[in-house]
Amino acid sequence: MAHADTHDHHDHDHKPAGIGRWLFATNHKDIGTMYLLWALFMFFLGGAMALGIRLELFKPGMQWFDPGFYNSLVTNHALIMIFGAVMPAWVGLANWMIPLQVGAPDMALPRMNNYSFWILPFAFTLLLSSFFTAGGAPAGGWTLYPPLSLQAGDSFPLTIFAIHMMGISSIMGAINVIVTIMNMRAPGMTLLKLPLFCWTWLITAYLLIAVMPVLAGAVTMLLTDHYFGTSFFNPAGGGDPVMFQHIFWFFGHPEVYILILPAFGIVSEIIPAFSRKPLFGYDAMVYATASIAFLSFIVWAHHMFTVGMPLAGQTFFMMSTMLIAIPTGVKVFNWTATMWKGSLSFEPPMLFALAFLFLFTIGGFSGLMLAIAPADFQYQDTYFVVAHFHYVLVPGAVFGIMAGVYYWLPKWTGHMYNMTLAKWHFWVSTISVNVLFFPQHFLGLAGMPRRIPDYSTQFTDWNMVSSVGGFVFGFSQLLFVVLIWQCARGGAKATDKVWDGMMTGLEWTVASPAPYHSFTEAPDLTGVADSHH
Amino acid sequence: MEKPRGHRGLIGRLLLFTAGSFAFGFALVPLYSVLCKVWDTGNRWYGTQTAQASVVERPDTDRVVTIEFVGNVAHQADWEFAPTANTMKVHPGKLYEATFHAKNLTGHPVVAQAVPSIAPQTIARYFKKTQCFCFEPQKFASDESREMLIRFIVDRDLPGDIDRITLSYSFFDLPQQAASNR
Ligand code: HEM
Ligand SMILES: [Cu+2]
Repeated sequence: MAHADTHDHHDHDHKPAGIGRWLFATNHKDIGTMYLLWALFMFFLGGAMALGIRLELFKPGMQWFDPGFYNSLVTNHALIMIFGAVMPAWVGLANWMIPLQVGAPDMALPRMNNYSFWILPFAFTLLLSSFFTAGGAPAGGWTLYPPLSLQAGDSFPLTIFAIHMMGISSIMGAINVIVTIMNMRAPGMTLLKLPLFCWTWLITAYLLIAVMPVLAGAVTMLLTDHYFGTSFFNPAGGGDPVMFQHIFWFFGHPEVYILILPAFGIVSEIIPAFSRKPLFGYDAMVYATASIAFLSFIVWAHHMFTVGMPLAGQTFFMMSTMLIAIPTGVKVFNWTATMWKGSLSFEPPMLFALAFLFLFTIGGFSGLMLAIAPADFQYQDTYFVVAHFHYVLVPGAVFGIMAGVYYWLPKWTGHMYNMTLAKWHFWVSTISVNVLFFPQHFLGLAGMPRRIPDYSTQFTDWNMVSSVGGFVFGFSQLLFVVLIWQCARGGAKATDKVWDGMMTGLEWTVASPAPYHSFTEAPDLTGVADSHH
Repeated sequence: MEKPRGHRGLIGRLLLFTAGSFAFGFALVPLYSVLCKVWDTGNRWYGTQTAQASVVERPDTDRVVTIEFVGNVAHQADWEFAPTANTMKVHPGKLYEATFHAKNLTGHPVVAQAVPSIAPQTIARYFKKTQCFCFEPQKFASDESREMLIRFIVDRDLPGDIDRITLSYSFFDLPQQAASNR
């Protein structure tokens, strides 16, 4: 490539010293690192809650927690994993990689970048402090349905304000990503030359600014219903609790794509790299992502089939939901076609990308089953739904994040990591995640309800299996921490290109570790053929 | 490197977009009510919450429909609230009366509101009321109890496969503000 000689002079790195470097950070790499470490911390906190849940469910009967506390574990596990772990991990990866991939010196709005990160610790302190209030932490589910969510104790306003703050943080992050990608691309970096991680993040960012404010509106209405006598959701005053569900899911379904689209981007970069072939159907990937994002706005009521709606409504939401399988199928096809006749190798990022491909697809299939309105009457609120969304979120979104970390970690630290340990982490996680979640399909089909701390005895065996899988999966993540720690401390020197694969992004043209200030002079890609077409 | 000032226009547009999304969340409220009315979903109280201006009695004595009455108290408020009779057999096209009994146990005066719901939802529009205690808030003195009246008629056009209709009321303490808004 013509731009291989970038201008990185290590002696000009000028890193601010001490704690101030982090508190007042404006460097996209520092902020990216903080986001990622934060996400890792939340992943373990949310994970500890999940292990509490699996502990209680190991056998029937009430062993460890009272039902109220159990339900607050379920609620906070979800809120922490969604808003504290997965979303910040994506923003962290965006911070680190988007400027490097578009050839920009930094994110467009560094000051706002700092605020959007530092809001998060405050938001989660608010949320978690509710564990110590009268009535305990929120326990009505992450979906916050009234009237149940309104019956919480003092945790209620804390939860609402925490959600407001998380929303503001992710909206600021999204605006930053859009402005960076739209305005800061290097000369000649046309939109259709962008790496797919940038594309999927750009679309995710638009989803964020479209629906996070809707969630903010919904929880604001809850707040005014509770304290100011409005009746948005209160039938006594002419409101309707079902309306909350419509507004919530108008946010909620696009939200699940916010959690997964950046993973599509990462996988679309890793599979070609280690198949040593250009991505099959780059343009189709971009258009499929955009159509998924568009369709995600018109399917929300598939979460509400059992709530009651006219037959025409049921039919519409059933069909529109199934329609999403088409662009999703295009993606899965293109990933597979990319590997076809490629010369594959199985480095850790590729392993995670392949597991993503298989296991996310299983989640897509169970989604299709749930989309069948009459069948959903059977599945709704059972462990089948729990199995569905964990397949798309854990070996889906979380494995996507891990694939990205394994792909770019040497670029961040300048060291190769311990490949053997990474493969152990991969195999133990992949096997245990299936032991953890696959049996939940059977439990759900047999009728075990979700969000209940006890169950009847015929469900015992599969719950035990699932709990064992859960503990193995949870503890195996410590391998990931050890690996990252070691790689930050030292290891074989990584080359600029890091991998012996076909990587095309600009990030592979700078040194490893990526210099503190990269692309202070933009690389010029005018006339450089892109590798996608 | 571009100066932040070069970003202003785009940032402005994105903030506008964000504000628009926030407003859209609230716009869903009236939109929802309109759509429910248009599609006559029956899970809102529109059809059931207003008095029928006039009805013509034309009893279909060949047909008998069982009406079940259910009374619920919302949010564990301190009330006695129950139908006087649990079921009633009626002919479509004929006007009937039924009563619900309520007693205020809260120890202070309260304004309450009953909210009706009809099952199966899809036939809500065939169940017509000419009078109902649910049409307006009910004032109760401390410890007051009374029988409250509904007068209703089941439409002759009620689909033939329906032989049982459940009319249920949830009884709410009306918050002060909500009471004055209505
Ligand atoms: C082909 C794609 C998909 C289809 C057809 C689909 C369909 C559905 C349906 C119908 C439900 C409601 C089930 C019920 O409550 O009875 C559901 C729930 C859910 N889905 Fe999916 N889904 C798909 C992909 C995804 C993806 C990619 C994610 C996230 C990464 C996701 C996350 C969730 C979550 C979190 C829930 C449960 C929400 C809750 O009730 O707490 N789904 N899905
Ligand atoms: Cu959905």
